[in-house]
Amino acid sequence: MSEAEAADARRIAVEARDRVRFEEEALELADQVYRVARRLVGTREEAEELVQETYARAFRSWRSYSHGTNMRAWLLRILTNLNVDRGRRIQRAPDTQPLEEGDYYLANKVAAVDGEQALEQERVVERLSQSGVVDALSGLPHDFRDVVVLVDIGDFSYADAAQILDVPIGTVMSRLHRGRRLLKKKLAEESLA
Amino acid sequence: MTHDPGCEKCEELLQGYLDRQLDAAEVVQAEAHLDGCDYCRRRYRFEETLRRYVKVSATERMPPGLLDKLAELAQQPPRAL
Repeated sequence: MSEAEAADARRIAVEARDRVRFEEEALELADQVYRVARRLVGTREEAEELVQETYARAFRSWRSYSHGTNMRAWLLRILTNLNVDRGRRIQRAPDTQPLEEGDYYLANKVAAVDGEQALEQERVVERLSQSGVVDALSGLPHDFRDVVVLVDIGDFSYADAAQILDVPIGTVMSRLHRGRRLLKKKLAEESLA
Repeated sequence: MTHDPGCEKCEELLQGYLDRQLDAAEVVQAEAHLDGCDYCRRRYRFEETLRRYVKVSATERMPPGLLDKLAELAQQPPRAL
């Protein structure tokens, strides 16, 4: 074997090993990717489709992933882009409307209806149904929901969420802040009506 | 159970506190207030519970079979351009 052939063989072997490692790492993250996807779209079927498209694309463009960086964020970046490409309807985010309720809004409502003691853990869970939480979340305007889902469901940092959504970190913070307040407002409306 | 300016400041800091995004001085400020204020401490615990509850409620595991489908995708040859 010539020097050049040997170098080629080594390169091919290294690439094959990197590919296997990439596949293993990506597949290990599938459940976590799905959990985020599920809350970004309306149905389980859509979420499955979206995750499959994401992985198909990831396996095609795996070379653009730099080993050792955050693969979960890399996959979610593909996923959120695909989700937007899928013709997610353009929605006017009510960004300009002032939201007067503060961060204590839901707690204050619960306390006003059921008393201060109702703020204890068991009582909160009794008050708010799981399906109510899911509905409230899916009712958020997309821009806010994306951030709330990435940070509060997906456990991404502000910086990762900013990178995934390709927006400045300050935008992540303001959307998160607003998104959480809107979520609490919806929960208050649904659970304490 | 008065809602004083300290409580307002605490309300403002609380989300950042839960996200561990406050600077050291703000952490001290938030904790000093929480130590002395039942009203805010209850709301702090409420927010903590709420976040956990939202997460648990909104988390759905991957359906069975999806992982196999994804593993199959890995084996597909690259699409011709």
